[in-house]
Amino acid sequence: MTSTRKGSADHTAAPTSGAAGVATPEATSASKGSAEVKSPLLSWKLAVGVVGVLLLLVLSLLTGVYDIFGGDGGAEMFQITRVPRTIALVLAGAAMAMCGLVMQLLTQNRFVEPTTTGTTEWAGLGLMLTVIVYPDASILARMIGAIIAAFIGTLVFFLFLRRVSLKSSLIVPIIGIMLGAVVGAISTFIAVQTDMLQSLGIWFAGSFTSILRGQYEILWVVVIVVIAVFIAADRFTVAGLGKEVATNVGLNYSQVILIGTILVAIATGVVTVVVGSLPFLGLIVPNIVSMIRGDDLRSNLPWVCLLGIAIVTICDLIGRVIIMPFELPVSVILGVVGAAVFVGLLLRQRKRG
Amino acid sequence: MITLNQVRKAYGNDVEIGPVDLQIPAGGVTALVGPNGAGKSTLLTMIGRLLGIDDGAIEVAGYDVSSTKSKDLATIVSILRQENHFITRLTIRQLVGFGRFPYSKGRLTTDDEEIISQAIDFLELAELEDRFIDELSGGQRQRAYVAMVLAQDTDYVLLDEPLNNLDMKHSVQMMQHLRRAATEMGRTIVIVLHDINFAGHYADHICAVKTGSVVEFGTPAEIMTAEVLSAVFDTPVEVIDGPRGRLAVYY
Repeated sequence: MTSTRKGSADHTAAPTSGAAGVATPEATSASKGSAEVKSPLLSWKLAVGVVGVLLLLVLSLLTGVYDIFGGDGGAEMFQITRVPRTIALVLAGAAMAMCGLVMQLLTQNRFVEPTTTGTTEWAGLGLMLTVIVYPDASILARMIGAIIAAFIGTLVFFLFLRRVSLKSSLIVPIIGIMLGAVVGAISTFIAVQTDMLQSLGIWFAGSFTSILRGQYEILWVVVIVVIAVFIAADRFTVAGLGKEVATNVGLNYSQVILIGTILVAIATGVVTVVVGSLPFLGLIVPNIVSMIRGDDLRSNLPWVCLLGIAIVTICDLIGRVIIMPFELPVSVILGVVGAAVFVGLLLRQRKRG
Repeated sequence: MITLNQVRKAYGNDVEIGPVDLQIPAGGVTALVGPNGAGKSTLLTMIGRLLGIDDGAIEVAGYDVSSTKSKDLATIVSILRQENHFITRLTIRQLVGFGRFPYSKGRLTTDDEEIISQAIDFLELAELEDRFIDELSGGQRQRAYVAMVLAQDTDYVLLDEPLNNLDMKHSVQMMQHLRRAATEMGRTIVIVLHDINFAGHYADHICAVKTGSVVEFGTPAEIMTAEVLSAVFDTPVEVIDGPRGRLAVYY
């Protein structure tokens, strides 16, 4: 039997009673010990990442047309717009990146995220229907409408996937984008009928421009989603191995799919109502992290959050300064950056065959 | 022991399984053989509770697979399907680690790490344990999957055509590993095989399946005859005495 013996000796002692009972004595020392196998959750690299993101956030706090240091009521302006905007960047960036990751695991497809499955469009439809039925609906009511629609839409997508059982990686996002286009068209039709086309355009263009104190606080809901994903990380990873492998190791697959769909719907619904659509964010972040670090989900999660925040913050900063004193919606910048990365990923996958 | 009692399943449009009565004894290697579409994989999948049954009952080690909780069954029986499609970039060690999920729910203990190491060593993957599975050859990947189900530490291991896509050398190695898992680890291994000669040499029992029914069950000596094999496979088969036992010649 071959053995590398580069591992530490911490486990060479007594084989455990529950062990598989391999007779060969040299077997026990061949593989590595646990300390070396797991990448630690907290490392200096992660610390550097955190500092980098914090610097970006400080930059975001300091960027804007209004002179917060010299102008009248600068401090107040700072608190009314800059702080909420920056908090919103953190929450939305982390949440949408996580959503992308969860959806990719649940569909076993690397090209899936809320904007390539129609989830965002469904949330938009739900938001609009809520406003049509209850014209003075509170932001909470709009959010609930968006979440319910996002949930239904994601379930529709999953059921469709299960029925056609397509695992081919590119067909799945194409179906999702088509589904999203159909739902988007329905929204547009209804908007035209009800004279809401302009509002629809503003909702869909994801932008942090209008984030003000008193209007964005509901976004804190996504913290619950992020925590829940951290807790259920192992289940999502096992679900990512497919229904049969997951069932084999005793996972309640349907339950995990349902939980994942609910979490994605909540995060997408809230972010769509408060910020709007953030295209490609959930797609590019998990892919970049996986490319660099492999797929040890639990130690990847902080990185997915950080990178999501970093990318959305950078794109927002670009949107803010590129045509100063005006602003471009962050979704425009993200669309351009995201599409470029998306194409890069496609080419890379083709090369790998 | 695995017991199938009047098991029935309508599958697709015209595929009908059963009623099947079958007893697979505990211990050793049992090979399921038969023509394409006979229902071998379907039977295996139903025993492994990945596919529900329409009628009848299946028990593994006395546990009814339809009514026992899936997470409890996961410590009694493990099953590996033929097609495995993973998008996650996992190393062999991480993959094998998922075999411990029924016990540790993802938070591996020192004992788990120990068992993972043993499974990896058992399939001679120690040198490759940090390689990503998408970078492995077909034979190495197949061994990694088998290591995962062995790490699950179940008495019953069900494998659906593990020799598929393996060349001669790797097929033989895989069968030797499985034979050892049965002998040294005391596992009961049920395996779907296409090559009757592999079954004849490595299995303790052969179960022949044809058009959704079990038509023969016995030791290799009982099944490896021209008469039985010709009837099961619907093609003329001669059986000759080779240097390592009987050989089926069918061309």
